[in-house]
Order: sequence, then C-alpha cells, then structure tokens
Amino acid sequence: MQRREFVQLAGLGAGALILPMSMMGSEIPVEALLDPGMDVAMKKRLADVALNTAKSLGASYADARIGRYLNQYVFTREDKVQNTVNTESFGIGIRVIANGTWGFASTNEVNEEGIKKATQQAVAIAKANAGIQKEPVVLAPVDSHGEVSWKTPIKKDFKEVPVSEKVDLLLSANAAAMDNGANFVNSALFMVNEQKYFASTEGSYIDQDIHRIWPTFGVTAVDREAGKFKSRDALSAPMGMGYEYLDGLASEKIEGPNGLILYRNSYDMIEDAKNAAIQAKEKLSAKSVDPGKYDLALEPNHLGLTIHESVGHPLELDRVLGYEANYAGTSFATLDKWKSGDFKYGSDIVNLVADKTQPNSLGAVGYDDEGVKTKKWDLVRNGVLTNYQAIRDQVHIIDQNESHGCCYAQSWNDVQFQRMPNVSLEAGKEKYSVQDMIKDIEKGIYIAGRGSYSIDQQRYNFQFGGTLFYEIKDGEIVGMLDDVAYQSNTQEFWNSCTKICDKDDYRMFGSFFDGKGQPSQVSAVSHGCSTARFDDVNVINTGRTV
Amino acid sequence: MAIYTKEEARQLMEKALSFSKADNCVINLSGSESGNIRYARNTVSTSGHRSNQSMVVESSFGKKSGTATIDEFDDASLEKVIRRSEELAQLSPENPEFMEPLEPQQYDEAQSYVDATANITPEYRAKVAETSIEAAAANDVTAAGFLDDSKGFSALMNSKGLFAYSQNTNVNFTVTMRSNDGTGSGWVSRDYNDVNKFDAAEASKIAIDKAVMSREARAIEPGKYTVILEPAAADGLLSGLGSAINARTADEGRSFMSKGDSTKLGEKIVDERVNIYSDPLDPRVPTSTWNGEGTPLKKTEWIKDGVVKNLAYSRFWADKQGAELIPFPSNFIMEGGSATREELIKSTKRGILVTRLWYIRSVDPQTLLYTGLTRDGTFYIEDGEIKYPVKNFRFNESPIIMLNNLEELGEQERIDGSLVPYMKIRDFTFTSLSDAV
Repeated sequence: MQRREFVQLAGLGAGALILPMSMMGSEIPVEALLDPGMDVAMKKRLADVALNTAKSLGASYADARIGRYLNQYVFTREDKVQNTVNTESFGIGIRVIANGTWGFASTNEVNEEGIKKATQQAVAIAKANAGIQKEPVVLAPVDSHGEVSWKTPIKKDFKEVPVSEKVDLLLSANAAAMDNGANFVNSALFMVNEQKYFASTEGSYIDQDIHRIWPTFGVTAVDREAGKFKSRDALSAPMGMGYEYLDGLASEKIEGPNGLILYRNSYDMIEDAKNAAIQAKEKLSAKSVDPGKYDLALEPNHLGLTIHESVGHPLELDRVLGYEANYAGTSFATLDKWKSGDFKYGSDIVNLVADKTQPNSLGAVGYDDEGVKTKKWDLVRNGVLTNYQAIRDQVHIIDQNESHGCCYAQSWNDVQFQRMPNVSLEAGKEKYSVQDMIKDIEKGIYIAGRGSYSIDQQRYNFQFGGTLFYEIKDGEIVGMLDDVAYQSNTQEFWNSCTKICDKDDYRMFGSFFDGKGQPSQVSAVSHGCSTARFDDVNVINTGRTV
Repeated sequence: MAIYTKEEARQLMEKALSFSKADNCVINLSGSESGNIRYARNTVSTSGHRSNQSMVVESSFGKKSGTATIDEFDDASLEKVIRRSEELAQLSPENPEFMEPLEPQQYDEAQSYVDATANITPEYRAKVAETSIEAAAANDVTAAGFLDDSKGFSALMNSKGLFAYSQNTNVNFTVTMRSNDGTGSGWVSRDYNDVNKFDAAEASKIAIDKAVMSREARAIEPGKYTVILEPAAADGLLSGLGSAINARTADEGRSFMSKGDSTKLGEKIVDERVNIYSDPLDPRVPTSTWNGEGTPLKKTEWIKDGVVKNLAYSRFWADKQGAELIPFPSNFIMEGGSATREELIKSTKRGILVTRLWYIRSVDPQTLLYTGLTRDGTFYIEDGEIKYPVKNFRFNESPIIMLNNLEELGEQERIDGSLVPYMKIRDFTFTSLSDAV
C-alpha cells in the first residue's frame, strides 16, 4: 500500500480511518449534489471526440468514460459531529489500443480540446510501450448496445435526505451506545453516487447511475482497573441501495443465537449501537478460548469476508496469469487445476457463483466499464472448480469468447481492469436453520461479524478473527468467548463444509475497499451466503501478555 | 499542472486570503504530477500519468468552520472558494474541538526535491522496465514490477500570517521475480527522493537471485525461531508500533500505551538497545518539516534506550491535556548497528532469514499482536550459512515482544521513507506453514 495515496479523514474506533484518495474529490456545497450535471447528448458528443481522435491516430480500439463521482460522508464521535464532507470529481478517461498495446490517459478538462490532448497522450503511451510488448492485446467480441441506460433501483436518494437527518441518526446511535455503557463510540455514514457514461468504438453509448451506502460504527468499552479495552463494530453491511437501507424494517431482521439481532436488506443502526455497547462490555469478561479443533458455525457477515479472500481473489484470472504478481500476488487455483475438470475446491454442497446483477449488492451494474452486459455465472459447482472471472482482453486465454463483464475502474482518472464481481455461496436446498445447526454441534464456536483477516499471496493459508464469538457445547450456546482466530487452508476449509442453512438465513456482507492493482485502486463488492458449518477447524488463542 | 515556487504560491495564497471576511481563514495549496509504468509476464502491461492541483480553504466564525476546494486559480475562482467556505462555516454546528489557526512559525528546510527525479521521462520508465525484464529473461525467471515517480509541492497560509512551503520528489520501485517453474520467488523494493541513487539492474539482480535461490523450498515445523529480518520485513511490524504513539488513545485507555488511568510514557517497554526517533532533516530520508496544522516538525525521540520518551498530540489534545505539543512525525528512524547482512548470517547458529512480511493485520490492539506471512525469499540458516530455502510461515507476533527478544541490530536501509535496520530476533513466533510461493 502506498501511504501517500491515502488520506486520514477522522478517527474511527481506536485507529484512524484512512480513505483512499480516490474516494475523495473537490468539496462542494450540499445543494450541488442535486445538480444533474452534463446532459447525455453532450456526453455522447464529447465521447465521440475521443473515439474519432483515437481512430484518426491509428488506434484499433478506443473507449471513453466520462465520470461524475459524488460522495457524501458524515463522521461523529459520542455527542459531537466531527465532519461532514460533500465531494465531486468529474473528468474523462480514454483507453486505446495502438500497435497491439494498451494506452490510457485522463483529464478533468471535459471539453473538445482537453479530450483531444488526452487521447493523443493515450495513443502516444501505447505506441511508446509497443516496442517492449510481447503479447499483443486480443479482445473478445462484445455486442454493440447502441444508446442504453441503467440505474440502481433505489427508493430514497441520499442526496435528497437533509444532512441534519443523517447527523441526528448518528448522534442517536452514539447516545444509545453511551447510555448502555460504552466509553467511546465513533460512527460514520458513507454515501456514493457514480454517474458514468461509457462509449466505445464497438458502437455502445451507456449511461449509468449507481448508488451505494454504508452506515458503520465502532463502540469501545474500557476497564481501566484491569487495563483492558474491547471493541464491537457495527453488524451492518455496505449495500448497493439508497437511503432506504436505514429504515430498520422489522421484516428484514433475523434473530440469531443468544439474542443477537442480525440484518438483511434494512438496518436499524440505533438498535445495533445499543446492542454493541452491551456486547463490548460482555467481551471484557468473556472466557479466553482453549485452542484446538472446533466445528465452526459462520454467520454471513463473517463468512462473506472469508469467501472474498479465499474464493473471490484466487479465481481472478489476471492473478492466476501473473499480472498481479508484484502486489496482490498470484493464485493456487492454477489453469491446470481448472482444466482437469475435477479439482475439488470444496465439498459437494459448495456452490459458488459470480454475479454482477444481484439486487442490492455493491457490484450490481447494467454494464461493466468496457461495455459488456453483466451476468451471473458459476465458479464452483457441486464442489468442482468450473470457471474464473475474466474480461475482454484475457478471456481468450481460457478458451472462452465472451467476457464475464467484470471490468471496473475506481474513477475516470484510473484505467479499468478486471475486478471481483459479487461472489456468493448458494444457500442450502433443504430446510435448515441456524438453531438446527447449533443443535447438531457438540464442540464448536458460532462466529458473527468481521474481524482481523490475513491470507497469503497465493490464497492457501489464512487466519480470520471475528466480531463476536459464542461457545457451543452439546448443541447449546454456553457463553461468549474471546481471543479466537481460526487458521486453515482454502481447499481443506471448503472441503470441510458439511452444512449450509437455507435461504431464509441468506444475506450479504460487503466491502467498500477491496484493493488491487498498481497504482492501487479500490472497488466495492458484496458476498452473500447463509450460515455455514465447517468441521474440525484449527482455532488458536490470540491472547498475549506483554 | 505547475509546480509553484515558494514565491508563486505565496502570492496566489495572499490573493485568495485578501477575499476573506471570516474570523479566521486557513489555506492549503498543493499540486503533484506523477508517472508510472507497470510490467508483468516479462512484458509491459499498463502505464499512466496523473496530475492534480487543489486549493483547500477552511474559514471559521468562532468555533464554526467550513471547508471548500477548487482547482482553478483565477481571481473569480479564488473569491468563489473563499465565499463558499464562509457560507458553509455559517451553516455548520460548533465544533468543540476547533482550534484557532497557529501564529507564524519558523521552519527548517529539508532537501526533499531533486530535479533529476522531477524530470523523469516516459522513455526512462520504459528503460527501467526493459532492464528488469531482460535480466529476468536471461535467468529463466519472470518479472512483474512497478515504477512510480512523482513531484509535488505543498503550501499552508493562514490569516494570522503563518506561511509554510515544501517541495518533494519521490521514486518508488518494486519488482517480484518468479522462477519459471513456479517454485521460487524473490522481491526487492527501492525508494528515493533522488533517482540518481536508483539502479534498476542492481535492484533487479537481488530479486532474481532470491527467486533462483528460493526454488523448491523445504517444509520445516512452525514454532519459535531466531530470525534475521531484512529491513522491509522489520518495517512491516515496526509500523504497528508507530500506530501506538497516539497520546489521545493512550489517555483514553484504549491503546497499547494505556496503563490504568495513565500511560506508559517513561516506561521501558523494549530492549535498551532500541532507539527510535524521527527527523525530517535527515539527508537519507528528507521529508516535510511541518504538518497539516502548520506545526513545525523537529527531530523527536520516541523510544530512547528502550523507554517511551514521547507520545504524539494533535493541537486540540495537547491543549486539553495541558501537555507540550509533540506533533505526529513524518518519518521514522530506528538506529542500527554496524553488522552487515552477511555478518548477521555468519553469527547465526540456527535461524531463518526473512525477506519481507505480507498481509500484516492487527489481531489485538491491546497487545499490538499482528499476524501475516513471510514472502518472496525465506531461508534456513545453520552454522553461519544459508543452507536451503524454506516454505513460507504465518506469524503471530507483537513488535513489543519482538523488540524485547532482540539479539543484534545491523545496518540501516531506507524503506518507504523511513530508516530501518536489519535485526536478529530470538523466539519469533511462526504459527503455521503456507504452501504459497
């Protein structure tokens, strides 16, 4: 990670909240968020300037992305508003192929002159690098879509909700935590609107309006006498939804074990903050885990991150091929394993699907950032590795002639490349609840929420913590545990999956900040699943005395 | 985009300030330009160029403040950004942590801008990639690398008359070399203010040698081992210690540095040979001599003879606690010894040489316990010699425990803008094996 690409916005929890620069932009007044921006006809005219300039300079392909990125962030701690930020970033990125080589340039001068200059730069870079190019670019065919549009189906646009209402919500959540014994609470609301216009020499003009939202907090309880502190973070998920996610609908709540309240497509932030304070205090006196083998029942807001790290990343084709070797790494899921047709990624009940169309998910769009219509496809079916995630310039390497539609750039001034779609574990087909699962476990741990996570550069060995841990003995929850982390190997872990709850328990985990590439770019992605059981997993005790 | 000189920046900011009608006004002006080239599979993949400039204005009335940003600097734009920040300030709630801008300060000047780096061309970048790729191909390994260079300036002015200015250039290079049989991997990292110090062939050779040497690694049992951490590996864990120097979280009881109702200030927490300080004027790691609040950055001791000497404060927290204002540092320097890498290996009976640590994540902020893995060159040492490559390990370790188990410090190297020595540590905790190459 390059430290200077990140900015510190506010303290969140005990650590500082650091945001990638790409999530920033120029600050604007809140009313300006509602400004409709440049009209589509003008965008088409200017995009054509880029495409025509590129062709006249000898490019065999060109695409142009005119992007307007609107962000609103609100930060509070205890009874104070720390910051409210409204930002806008507007510009155009132009990508070309000349002499079989990619070139890219961008500019915030979204006018004829600025666009021509940037296009010339992109072509010049492509030609300069062609001299050391050993693998000329091959693009898979794509449909010409003409003029089309797509919009996240939101019910409440965050831009139309007054900032005071958002501040009130966060301060009320903070108060609920403080009233229930928290010593500190930091809370934040992140709201994002990507207005993206894409045009390419393949004959597509695509206008998209994409919304994402993430309410979150960190609650800390301190026992000064014992010299201990424990935190409990929000059990919300970032979503591809409007402000309606914060309605806190009772119908979207799921009752977990030990009185836990979990959330599907609607979040009750005040209720969760209250519970967080109670649980953070409980963690101060929770029993330290005895290390050893346990059967784990992993809740979706926890298991989602495990799916992300151990399935999402290793099945990115560019990683498998070595394009990410110098940063994120490569992959254990090599082409020979996929070609064998019988590589057992997981047990027979494990079905993992990639999906860029899933409603309410962070990855849902109509078309990707190179004009490919999005879809859903299998990665692992009945436990067997069946496919990767690939885009137009690499899918031919796995003998396929259709891109999977998962190309993305974090902003107009970054080049698009392969990014993880939503990758989800299908729910169990038979009726089976979390309560049923706990009843069936003799010695186990139920883990909810995300915690510390680390995995090697080929995605074999991982170690995950969590937010809340409950000990299961002879089919019953017997109390809270602390100092829990589990270590496993990806293939061994997914082959130890013996039960998956049914669709009533299915919900999504998400991340706003999946990082990849050099210079590093972030991407937002969701992972759905139901609570799943993994047998005989190695649990370590992370408690230390210093 | 222009890199404004000190005088150009001063004039532009004075012009902007002349439009201000607020009680207080603080202006930040910055600009940067950067270029990069990326390669993989022994061929170029992507490259790009970015530039940006912005002026950020914070106006305040009493404890109410508002911020606005602009990237165009004609008179009308300057007045617009000032008015906008004033309107936002009037609409904002009072910020109880608001601090009045600083009075004028005296700043040292660090030599952090080098013309040669500022003048890097696309042809130079392509040449670096080519040098690295050709060396890889000649040794039956595959290169994936990234070169990124930048030049920039930053200036701060406020309505109390304070003015600060700095310029910097940076060049960062990393390359991963993987043997074509897929069983070996090596890596190297270089960063400088002055590109003349960078030698792409020398750096690439280190990564190639490690890739070749690390082929067909053997599995040895995880457990506690004496390790020689190369500076890149040591830096990964020291960063964790760096995050613990925040006085506020220590005072609030939610930091490793907390102790009952007080803090560990003045307490010995690591081996007495550990000395860590910051110094923006050190010619090996020159950096900004002032921070975003305009506070001058001076040489500051953080750990002296193993004892916590200082914790870092924001202006608000220093004021609230009645403490001396010790700002957060812009670099870290850990003192080393005279032993070379080879001498450290020679004096090791049995141990593990670690090139770098990867995917480091906090496990427990209370004890500063971190987990992560070794990567790109891990070797078994016996009787003073590297005997064979070993498979990578996962570790669970705290920099506090690590620096209490110090055997010996070696020479320093620059890593990511800081100076870190080679270090030999006993009883370093590896908890499991990884098959990753």
